[in-house]
Amino acid sequence: MSRQIKAVSLISGGLDSLLATRVVMDQGVHVEGINFFTGFCVEGHTHAIRKKDRAKPKRNNALWVAEQLGIKLHIIDVIEDYKDVLINPKHGYGANMNPCHDCKTFMVSKALEWIERNEFDFIITGEVVGQRPMSQRKDTMPVIARESGAGERLLRPLCAQHLPETLPEQMGWVMREQLHDFHGRSRKPQMALAQQYGFEDYAQPAGGCCFLTDENYSKKLVDLWDARGNREYEMDDIMLLKVGRHIRPSRNFKLIVAREEGEVNFMQGYRNRFISIKTTSHSGPLVLVDGQPNEQDLQLAARITARYSKGKLADEVELEVCRPDQGSMQVKVKPMPAAEMPEAWYV
Amino acid sequence: MAHFELDATGLLCPMPVIRTQDLVEDLSCGDTLEVLCTDPGALNDVSAWCRINGHKLIDAKQDEDRVIIKIQVMR
Ligand code: SF4
Repeated sequence: MSRQIKAVSLISGGLDSLLATRVVMDQGVHVEGINFFTGFCVEGHTHAIRKKDRAKPKRNNALWVAEQLGIKLHIIDVIEDYKDVLINPKHGYGANMNPCHDCKTFMVSKALEWIERNEFDFIITGEVVGQRPMSQRKDTMPVIARESGAGERLLRPLCAQHLPETLPEQMGWVMREQLHDFHGRSRKPQMALAQQYGFEDYAQPAGGCCFLTDENYSKKLVDLWDARGNREYEMDDIMLLKVGRHIRPSRNFKLIVAREEGEVNFMQGYRNRFISIKTTSHSGPLVLVDGQPNEQDLQLAARITARYSKGKLADEVELEVCRPDQGSMQVKVKPMPAAEMPEAWYV
Repeated sequence: MAHFELDATGLLCPMPVIRTQDLVEDLSCGDTLEVLCTDPGALNDVSAWCRINGHKLIDAKQDEDRVIIKIQVMR
């Protein structure tokens, strides 16, 4: 009996990886999915945080895709290893802080380690030639294959006919004729194929698969790095960039102002690690202070917090300032008028 | 057959799924696991993970602010 050929497919949760996987499964290959969690993935978190999003049923799209396909999915935490990709991308960033080229290479190299450990034969991605300006160009695709170490073990079923033959094709594990020749930015061929397979309700993320393609998120990340004078980050940092209004009056501190109840609940969990401010005389949002503020800075932070409370027009507002492990103190301030808040403070 | 508990409170998805997956890897067929989470998304995600990986979902429920999922490991 011939050996069962096995492939692992990079599942982002979008339509392309869903289709690419199905195309290979249809050729009798055993496929399992792999999904990498970098900390910046759009999946889950924000939906869990923001209350207004809760009306929509929340699902993890990678798990949903795996379930549609009836395959196993391995979700791998790559938060630590990903730092180097984001901090030092050899091929630079895209329009925002998205290091797509290096990111793809990194993920394929992680998938390669996985197939070697688990005795699988090749790797599948849903990439399409010419679809994305940075990582999915005809000239960058072979670079990703080479730099990841995967080489001919990397198959892109949706555009394979535009690329040199890979090992699975040479070995007859898959038929090249049954692979596709999609190219460019049009989504029509993918949508037609999805219809043919009967896939509906698939996720269509607007920007990409992660927060790093988001302009506002990227600005906040750059601001954080600039203020600290280095590019290190922890999970807490990148999570907090996803919530609240960020206001930086000075390099040594910034305020994170909750915008709605869901964010308040989420930010509550950080009160044991950050200075927090809350109005007591009027209702108002929870504010976290990140950085190393001095007493004067905290007065300013209190005035800004008061400005976002129901007492913004009052002469005086009372607030509680809590420092982790140091208890709380009450302060009274005059709310800062909107006109005195320089535009540059808003990150 | 042994029973295990996993405290995934305070973690946001997909971390509860990742922790569940990594723990289940070391368990034996028939072992049971109770996962405790606070992210409401875990109700769907841990359950979906369980289904697609062929483990038995004994119970999945959500009360005020917690999600509790009981799994039996299948191989
Ligand atoms: S959008 Fe984000 S996850 Fe996707 S390839 Fe680019 S950097 Fe990587």
